[in-house]
Amino acid sequence: MTSNSHDWLNEHGDYLYRFALTRLRDPHQAEDVVQETLLAAIKNPSFAQQSSPRTWLTGILKHKIIDCMRKQVREIPASTLMSEEDANMDEFFDDTGHWAEKPQAWDVPQDALQQKQFLQVLQQCMDRLPQKLAAIFSMRDVDDMDNEEICKALEITATNAWVMLYRARMGLRKCLEMHW
Amino acid sequence: MLSCKQASLLVSQSLDRRLRWRERMSVRMHLWICVYCRRFTQQLALIRRMMHAWQDQATDQSEVALSQAARERIAQQLDKFY
Repeated sequence: MTSNSHDWLNEHGDYLYRFALTRLRDPHQAEDVVQETLLAAIKNPSFAQQSSPRTWLTGILKHKIIDCMRKQVREIPASTLMSEEDANMDEFFDDTGHWAEKPQAWDVPQDALQQKQFLQVLQQCMDRLPQKLAAIFSMRDVDDMDNEEICKALEITATNAWVMLYRARMGLRKCLEMHW
Repeated sequence: MLSCKQASLLVSQSLDRRLRWRERMSVRMHLWICVYCRRFTQQLALIRRMMHAWQDQATDQSEVALSQAARERIAQQLDKFY
Protein backbone atom coordinates (compact mmCIF):
# COMPACT_ATOMS: atom_id res chain seq x y z
CA MET A 1 0.00 0.00 0.00
CA THR A 2 2.85 2.38 0.76
CA SER A 3 4.15 2.09 -2.76
CA ASN A 4 0.60 2.49 -4.05
CA SER A 5 0.08 5.79 -2.33
CA HIS A 6 3.44 7.03 -3.57
CA ASP A 7 2.45 6.01 -7.07
CA TRP A 8 -0.72 8.03 -6.68
CA LEU A 9 1.31 11.02 -5.56
CA ASN A 10 3.73 10.67 -8.45
CA GLU A 11 1.20 10.00 -11.16
CA HIS A 12 -1.74 12.12 -10.06
CA GLY A 13 -0.39 14.58 -7.50
CA ASP A 14 0.14 17.42 -9.96
CA TYR A 15 -3.21 16.84 -11.61
CA LEU A 16 -5.03 16.86 -8.26
CA TYR A 17 -3.10 19.97 -7.21
CA ARG A 18 -4.05 21.84 -10.40
CA PHE A 19 -7.68 20.82 -9.98
CA ALA A 20 -7.68 22.03 -6.37
CA LEU A 21 -6.05 25.30 -7.43
CA THR A 22 -8.84 26.01 -9.93
CA ARG A 23 -11.32 25.83 -7.05
CA LEU A 24 -9.44 27.16 -4.03
CA ARG A 25 -6.78 29.35 -5.71
CA ASP A 26 -4.60 29.30 -2.61
CA PRO A 27 -1.51 27.06 -3.13
CA HIS A 28 -1.27 26.10 0.53
CA GLN A 29 -4.90 25.10 0.78
CA ALA A 30 -4.56 23.22 -2.50
CA GLU A 31 -1.53 21.30 -1.18
CA ASP A 32 -3.42 20.49 2.02
CA VAL A 33 -6.45 19.06 0.24
CA VAL A 34 -4.21 16.93 -2.02
CA GLN A 35 -2.54 15.53 1.09
CA GLU A 36 -5.89 14.88 2.77
CA THR A 37 -7.12 13.20 -0.39
CA LEU A 38 -4.20 10.79 -0.57
CA LEU A 39 -4.45 10.01 3.15
CA ALA A 40 -8.17 9.32 2.79
CA ALA A 41 -7.39 7.13 -0.21
CA ILE A 42 -4.97 4.99 1.83
CA LYS A 43 -7.50 4.58 4.60
CA ASN A 44 -10.21 3.48 2.28
CA PRO A 45 -8.68 1.80 -0.74
CA SER A 46 -11.89 0.00 -1.67
CA PHE A 47 -12.32 1.42 -5.10
CA ALA A 48 -12.21 -2.11 -6.50
CA GLN A 49 -11.34 -1.09 -10.03
CA GLN A 50 -14.71 0.52 -10.61
CA SER A 51 -13.05 3.60 -11.95
CA SER A 52 -9.58 4.73 -12.87
CA PRO A 53 -7.44 5.81 -9.89
CA ARG A 54 -7.49 9.38 -11.19
CA THR A 55 -11.27 9.52 -11.38
CA TRP A 56 -11.54 7.93 -7.95
CA LEU A 57 -8.99 10.31 -6.41
CA THR A 58 -10.62 13.32 -8.06
CA GLY A 59 -13.93 12.26 -6.51
CA ILE A 60 -12.34 12.23 -3.04
CA LEU A 61 -10.64 15.53 -3.78
CA LYS A 62 -13.95 17.20 -4.62
CA HIS A 63 -15.28 16.24 -1.20
CA LYS A 64 -12.16 17.63 0.50
CA ILE A 65 -12.52 20.87 -1.47
CA ILE A 66 -16.15 21.15 -0.40
CA ASP A 67 -15.13 20.66 3.26
CA CYS A 68 -12.68 23.50 2.83
CA MET A 69 -15.25 25.70 1.11
CA ARG A 70 -17.90 25.10 3.77
CA LYS A 71 -15.62 26.76 6.31
CA GLN A 72 -14.96 29.66 3.93
CA VAL A 73 -18.61 30.23 3.09
CA ARG A 74 -19.32 30.89 6.77
CA GLU A 75 -17.03 33.89 6.47
CA ILE A 76 -18.71 35.35 3.39
CA PRO A 77 -19.95 38.88 4.04
CA ALA A 78 -23.71 39.01 4.33
CA SER A 79 -23.88 41.34 1.31
CA THR A 80 -22.92 38.47 -1.00
CA LEU A 81 -25.42 36.09 0.55
CA MET A 82 -28.34 38.49 0.58
CA SER A 83 -31.69 37.38 -0.63
CA GLU A 84 -32.62 38.02 -4.21
CA GLU A 85 -34.86 40.98 -3.31
CA ASP A 86 -32.02 43.06 -2.02
CA ALA A 87 -29.10 41.57 -3.92
CA ASN A 88 -27.24 44.67 -4.95
CA MET A 89 -27.03 44.55 -8.72
CA ASP A 90 -26.54 48.28 -9.35
CA GLU A 91 -23.44 47.44 -11.28
CA PHE A 92 -25.57 45.79 -13.95
CA PHE A 93 -28.95 47.58 -13.94
CA ASP A 94 -30.20 51.15 -13.68
CA ASP A 95 -32.87 52.37 -11.26
CA THR A 96 -35.69 51.30 -13.56
CA GLY A 97 -34.39 47.72 -13.86
CA HIS A 98 -33.06 48.16 -17.39
CA TRP A 99 -29.60 46.93 -18.40
CA ALA A 100 -26.98 49.55 -17.52
CA GLU A 101 -24.97 48.21 -20.46
CA LYS A 102 -27.10 46.41 -23.00
CA PRO A 103 -25.91 42.88 -23.83
CA GLN A 104 -24.29 42.81 -27.26
CA ALA A 105 -24.49 40.01 -29.80
CA TRP A 106 -21.55 37.56 -29.53
CA ASP A 107 -19.91 35.48 -32.18
CA VAL A 108 -20.56 31.89 -31.19
CA PRO A 109 -17.23 30.01 -31.35
CA GLN A 110 -17.44 27.69 -34.35
CA ASP A 111 -14.22 25.85 -35.09
CA ALA A 112 -11.59 24.44 -32.76
CA LEU A 113 -9.44 27.57 -32.92
CA GLN A 114 -12.29 29.87 -31.92
CA GLN A 115 -13.24 27.50 -29.13
CA LYS A 116 -9.69 27.63 -27.87
CA GLN A 117 -9.70 31.42 -27.95
CA PHE A 118 -13.04 31.54 -26.19
CA LEU A 119 -11.71 29.21 -23.48
CA GLN A 120 -8.72 31.47 -22.92
CA VAL A 121 -11.01 34.45 -22.32
CA LEU A 122 -13.26 32.29 -20.14
CA GLN A 123 -10.17 31.33 -18.14
CA GLN A 124 -9.26 34.99 -17.54
CA CYS A 125 -12.83 35.80 -16.58
CA MET A 126 -13.06 32.87 -14.16
CA ASP A 127 -9.82 34.09 -12.58
CA ARG A 128 -11.32 37.54 -12.09
CA LEU A 129 -14.47 36.25 -10.44
CA PRO A 130 -14.34 36.20 -6.62
CA GLN A 131 -13.00 32.77 -5.66
CA LYS A 132 -16.09 31.57 -3.81
CA LEU A 133 -18.42 32.52 -6.64
CA ALA A 134 -16.16 30.79 -9.16
CA ALA A 135 -16.01 27.69 -6.97
CA ILE A 136 -19.75 27.38 -6.41
CA PHE A 137 -20.35 28.04 -10.09
CA SER A 138 -17.93 25.20 -10.92
CA MET A 139 -19.81 22.87 -8.60
CA ARG A 140 -22.97 23.66 -10.53
CA ASP A 141 -21.82 23.84 -14.14
CA VAL A 142 -18.76 21.57 -14.12
CA ASP A 143 -19.57 19.00 -11.44
CA ASP A 144 -23.27 19.14 -12.37
CA MET A 145 -24.30 19.13 -8.72
CA ASP A 146 -27.91 20.21 -8.35
CA ASN A 147 -28.95 23.07 -6.15
CA GLU A 148 -30.04 20.84 -3.30
CA GLU A 149 -26.69 19.03 -3.22
CA ILE A 150 -24.82 22.34 -3.24
CA CYS A 151 -26.90 23.75 -0.39
CA LYS A 152 -26.40 20.61 1.68
CA ALA A 153 -22.67 20.48 1.00
CA LEU A 154 -22.04 24.14 1.83
CA GLU A 155 -24.79 24.51 4.45
CA ILE A 156 -26.40 27.48 2.72
CA THR A 157 -30.01 28.18 1.78
CA ALA A 158 -31.45 27.62 -1.68
CA THR A 159 -31.85 31.38 -2.13
CA ASN A 160 -28.21 31.96 -1.17
CA ALA A 161 -27.16 29.47 -3.82
CA TRP A 162 -29.36 30.99 -6.53
CA VAL A 163 -28.10 34.48 -5.77
CA MET A 164 -24.45 33.39 -5.79
CA LEU A 165 -24.88 31.49 -9.07
CA TYR A 166 -26.67 34.51 -10.55
CA ARG A 167 -23.86 36.81 -9.47
CA ALA A 168 -21.27 34.44 -10.88
CA ARG A 169 -23.05 34.30 -14.25
CA MET A 170 -23.54 38.07 -14.36
CA GLY A 171 -19.88 38.67 -13.59
CA LEU A 172 -18.65 36.10 -16.09
CA ARG A 173 -20.95 37.35 -18.82
CA LYS A 174 -19.91 40.94 -18.37
CA CYS A 175 -16.22 40.06 -18.45
CA LEU A 176 -16.70 37.88 -21.54
CA GLU A 177 -18.57 40.68 -23.25
CA MET A 178 -15.64 43.02 -22.75
CA HIS A 179 -12.97 40.58 -23.84
CA TRP A 180 -14.53 38.13 -26.29
CA MET B 1 -44.38 42.93 -17.06
CA LEU B 2 -40.97 41.92 -15.72
CA SER B 3 -38.03 44.30 -15.76
CA CYS B 4 -34.77 43.12 -17.32
CA LYS B 5 -33.35 42.84 -13.82
CA GLN B 6 -36.15 40.52 -12.71
CA ALA B 7 -36.07 38.57 -15.98
CA SER B 8 -32.31 38.00 -15.80
CA LEU B 9 -32.59 36.56 -12.28
CA LEU B 10 -35.33 34.16 -13.39
CA VAL B 11 -33.37 33.17 -16.50
CA SER B 12 -30.40 32.35 -14.30
CA GLN B 13 -32.61 30.41 -11.87
CA SER B 14 -34.15 28.47 -14.75
CA LEU B 15 -30.70 26.85 -15.10
CA ASP B 16 -30.81 25.76 -11.45
CA ARG B 17 -34.43 24.88 -10.74
CA ARG B 18 -37.71 24.28 -12.52
CA LEU B 19 -39.53 27.61 -12.70
CA ARG B 20 -43.17 27.81 -11.68
CA TRP B 21 -45.69 28.03 -14.50
CA ARG B 22 -46.36 31.70 -13.88
CA GLU B 23 -42.64 32.48 -13.80
CA ARG B 24 -42.07 30.60 -17.04
CA MET B 25 -44.84 32.51 -18.76
CA SER B 26 -43.61 35.90 -17.58
CA VAL B 27 -40.03 35.14 -18.66
CA ARG B 28 -41.27 33.92 -22.03
CA MET B 29 -43.24 37.12 -22.55
CA HIS B 30 -40.32 39.26 -21.56
CA LEU B 31 -37.94 37.42 -23.90
CA TRP B 32 -40.46 37.80 -26.72
CA ILE B 33 -40.08 41.57 -26.62
CA CYS B 34 -36.53 42.04 -25.26
CA VAL B 35 -33.59 41.28 -27.53
CA TYR B 36 -31.08 42.05 -24.77
CA CYS B 37 -32.44 39.44 -22.42
CA ARG B 38 -32.65 36.99 -25.32
CA ARG B 39 -28.93 37.53 -25.91
CA PHE B 40 -28.31 37.18 -22.18
CA THR B 41 -30.13 33.84 -22.18
CA GLN B 42 -28.12 32.52 -25.14
CA GLN B 43 -24.88 33.70 -23.58
CA LEU B 44 -25.56 31.90 -20.30
CA ALA B 45 -26.26 28.75 -22.29
CA LEU B 46 -22.97 29.16 -24.17
CA ILE B 47 -21.07 29.63 -20.90
CA ARG B 48 -22.68 26.49 -19.50
CA ARG B 49 -21.69 24.49 -22.60
CA MET B 50 -18.08 25.62 -22.28
CA MET B 51 -17.54 25.04 -18.57
CA HIS B 52 -16.50 21.37 -18.81
CA ALA B 53 -13.90 22.30 -21.41
CA TRP B 54 -12.78 25.16 -19.19
CA GLN B 55 -12.13 22.77 -16.27
CA ASP B 56 -10.20 20.35 -18.51
CA GLN B 57 -8.08 23.15 -19.89
CA ALA B 58 -7.44 24.67 -16.47
CA THR B 59 -6.44 21.28 -15.05
CA ASP B 60 -4.19 20.36 -17.99
CA GLN B 61 -1.76 23.25 -17.64
CA SER B 62 1.34 21.14 -17.20
CA GLU B 63 3.53 24.07 -16.15
CA VAL B 64 1.67 24.21 -12.82
CA ALA B 65 2.82 21.49 -10.45
CA LEU B 66 3.30 20.67 -6.79
CA SER B 67 6.48 22.23 -5.47
CA GLN B 68 9.28 19.85 -4.54
CA ALA B 69 8.88 20.85 -0.89
CA ALA B 70 5.15 20.15 -0.90
CA ARG B 71 5.70 16.83 -2.65
CA GLU B 72 8.23 15.72 -0.04
CA ARG B 73 6.03 16.90 2.80
CA ILE B 74 3.07 14.92 1.47
CA ALA B 75 5.25 11.84 0.88
CA GLN B 76 6.38 12.01 4.52
CA GLN B 77 2.79 12.21 5.71
CA LEU B 78 1.90 9.18 3.62
CA ASP B 79 4.82 7.23 5.14
CA LYS B 80 3.78 8.23 8.63
CA PHE B 81 0.52 6.47 8.13
CA TYR B 82 2.18 3.05 8.30
